[in-house]
Amino acid sequence: MGDTVKIIFVHVPAAWLGMGGWTGIAIASIIQLVWRHPLAGVSARAIAVPGATFAAICLITGSIWGRPTWGTWWVWDGRLTSMLVLFFLYLGYIALSNASSEKGDTSRVAAVFGIIGAVNIPIINRSVVWWESQHQKASITLGGSSIDQAYLVPLFVSVAGFSLLFGALVLMRMRTALAEMRIEARMRRMADY
Amino acid sequence: MPHAPFIIASFAVTGVGISWLLISSYLAMRRAEASADELRQQP
Repeated sequence: MGDTVKIIFVHVPAAWLGMGGWTGIAIASIIQLVWRHPLAGVSARAIAVPGATFAAICLITGSIWGRPTWGTWWVWDGRLTSMLVLFFLYLGYIALSNASSEKGDTSRVAAVFGIIGAVNIPIINRSVVWWESQHQKASITLGGSSIDQAYLVPLFVSVAGFSLLFGALVLMRMRTALAEMRIEARMRRMADY
Repeated sequence: MPHAPFIIASFAVTGVGISWLLISSYLAMRRAEASADELRQQP
């Protein structure tokens, strides 16, 4: 692979957050539908755009990595295709939640979509095992890692840093949604007078 | 095939994507909170 392996420091955290983002949407959607927690829908909606952006970064950096390594920008194998499906799921979720009548909150339809879309997460994870793939098999498993220590430690630091950034982004977007809900509530009260 | 342009391109795409996300999220938050505060102060 040569020096291109350095792309791992942006590609892997982006993939982790693209998949982790949707897992967060699914968990928040379950909490919204079952326990009706008022922040669940807001948090699910706040995750969507950062999740989609990281899924896109994962696809683009993977494609850039594929060109010198595989000799092609794109192959329609299980891992790449299922990741592309995840990106389209994000776009669908963003469209659905934006169509919601309640500004800031998420509709029940979007929540159901968030739960159903989570089926794709284990498919992405197992795709390199289930199907013949250009993409390498999992390098880090519960049993250990095949990555050299010189790359493994910086990779974990990179994943931790990107995850903190993702958390900050979601919190900022939640604050935005809550402020928009306050504006809408205030406008309704003013219109009633 | 030289690898450096591919590595630089990957890091640039990531940098641009995250910068756009951070700046747009921060500005949207500041705008929404300022509007909410402004509206609250109205009688």
